[in-house]
Amino acid sequence: MTEQSFTFDGRPVAFRSGQSLGAALTAAGVRSWRTTRADGRPRGLFCGIGVCFDCLLVVDGRPNERACLQPAAAGMQVESQEGTGHGHLEV
Amino acid sequence: MGTSRSDRVHDVVVVGAGPAGLAAAGRAAALGADVALVDGAAVPGGQYWRQPADDALAGSVASLHHGLARYRRLVERVRGIEAAGGWFPRHQVWTVTREEGTFVVLAITGTGAEEREVGIRGRRLVLAPGAYDRQVPFPGWDLPGVMTAGGVQALLKGHAVTAGRRVVVAGTGPFLLPVAAGLAESGATVAGVHEAASPLAWGRHIGAVVRNVAKLGEGAGYVRTLARHRVPVRTRSVVVAAHGEQVLERLTVARLAADGSVLPGSRTTVAADVLAVGWGFTPQLELPMALGCATRVDVDGSLVCTVDDQQRSSVEGVFVAGEACGIGGADLAVVEGEIAGAAAAGTPLTDRRLLRRRLALRRFAAAMHAAHPVPTGWIDRLTEDTVVCRCEEVTVGRLRSALPLGADDARSAKLLARPGMGWCQGRVCGYAVSCVMSAWTGVPPSPVSIAARSVASPLRLGTVAATEDPSSAAES
Ligand SMILES: Cc1cc2nc3c(=O)[nH]c(=O)nc-3n(C[C@H](O)[C@@H](O)[C@H](O)COP(=O)(O)OP(=O)(O)OC[C@H]3O[C@@H](n4cnc5c(N)ncnc54)[C@H](O)[C@@H]3O)c2cc1C
Ligand code: FES
Repeated sequence: MTEQSFTFDGRPVAFRSGQSLGAALTAAGVRSWRTTRADGRPRGLFCGIGVCFDCLLVVDGRPNERACLQPAAAGMQVESQEGTGHGHLEV
Repeated sequence: MGTSRSDRVHDVVVVGAGPAGLAAAGRAAALGADVALVDGAAVPGGQYWRQPADDALAGSVASLHHGLARYRRLVERVRGIEAAGGWFPRHQVWTVTREEGTFVVLAITGTGAEEREVGIRGRRLVLAPGAYDRQVPFPGWDLPGVMTAGGVQALLKGHAVTAGRRVVVAGTGPFLLPVAAGLAESGATVAGVHEAASPLAWGRHIGAVVRNVAKLGEGAGYVRTLARHRVPVRTRSVVVAAHGEQVLERLTVARLAADGSVLPGSRTTVAADVLAVGWGFTPQLELPMALGCATRVDVDGSLVCTVDDQQRSSVEGVFVAGEACGIGGADLAVVEGEIAGAAAAGTPLTDRRLLRRRLALRRFAAAMHAAHPVPTGWIDRLTEDTVVCRCEEVTVGRLRSALPLGADDARSAKLLARPGMGWCQGRVCGYAVSCVMSAWTGVPPSPVSIAARSVASPLRLGTVAATEDPSSAAES
């Protein structure tokens, strides 16, 4: 099996074909990748099936992607999301 | 974002390719219908037979599955649908409209710049959208590491990842056993299974149980697996709080008295990096409700679709099968799917055996619900700063502040304190908010008002704008 990876906040995270970003991050020991809009509380996977929207992160510059659904792809640039995630779009 | 509509009108469009939808689509196709099968996932199987989107990965989790031979037979039966261009994987349906006497199933596919809307037309619909985990809040449940039992199972079956190294499984219902057994078999340490129900609760339902011996066999297998891994299984036991700085580190567990309150002096602390918790399931009713299908409240307090003995909903041409008609497990979902598929294809089944089987499985489900209620004491254990609505970060205190403003049920509370107004549209907190409001005000909960949602999945604004007038949506 060839080693494939995406970057999470700049560091490489390996994944197996077919895994979601959330699954690969969990396997890498990453538990949380979002802070809430009001209280800045950490969040990660909760429902695991796209229902709860707790697991939002930024994928190739697009905020509010669900980590539990988004398939991992080699070379993806994934970032944790603060608040609405739109801060990432500001230059 | 582009929109594409095909002129092809299928005889039957099936939404959901879980046990119910797979069975329905295969049966309808076998009876000669032109079928479309639509699912948000990449691979058919639904929750029960959740499959990784890659063959190598699928191979590594095959041992976790039950009835894979049956799954393969069901998939084999829908091959013709795929060959005829009727299989729509990774298509998330957000609503269904009507046009010139047909249904148009509107789905989003692709991400980012590739995202587009597809309209799939059909004369008749089978809706088999399944369910999601039912949750109740407790102090600390918003810490990363606290997950739904189904979510932990989905990570394992769908991605070959154990959610944590040291996991506690808790809540109620027979589903906790396969979750714990799967984790233990996959190398995680299961620090304990905490089932809130009493072990005696099943004793009152012997009739329903003996008619479903196969189910007992499956359960016994999980119990053996747990024993082999020396996993402690406690009944009448519940997680009352989760603790940790940034992520889950410890849990407080306690014994329950018969009235659902915590037995004094029974609290202990358990180290864990993941809690897998579930209190049964909530049917996904957005699509049937958007079409106006009649609903009723089931034995477990969930709102479900009303169907007749051919799985017909109250709306002409719309059939519903699987967990959306009542939580009852994969076997029942398959049987309902077979019946719905045949009826939607215009040749209702005359096979009495299937109809009898459905009855027996429904009785079993009713017994399961009666034996595994959500013990009411959870409301008393909420603290003022316990988060109720995770999306809008509404605490118990903030919810309470809506009372003097005139909130007397989940719906008015939503307008005044915003629980259920966030991304998930109240899917996660709806049940809890209605229970809490009802406990405070004495007004009985209204499952209809909390289940009413405008769309089946949140959309980007551009998508809604592009489809405001479905009749004018152009081919692109
Ligand atoms: C996360 C989770 C994990 C579970 N794991 C197990 C398990 O391991 N063992 C077990 O015995 N039971 C499990 N269950 C219980 C489960 O509900 C089964 O009893 C069974 O899968 C129900 O079959 P179904 O066909 O009714 O629904 P499901 O299996 O839920 O199938 C529904 C299908 O519809 C699709 N769908 C729903 N809405 C849309 C939409 N708007 N657009 C497109 N597609 C849509 C979904 O992607 C899914 O594939 C699980 C439940 C959940 C929520
Ligand atoms: S974990 Fe709930 S949406 Fe991703």
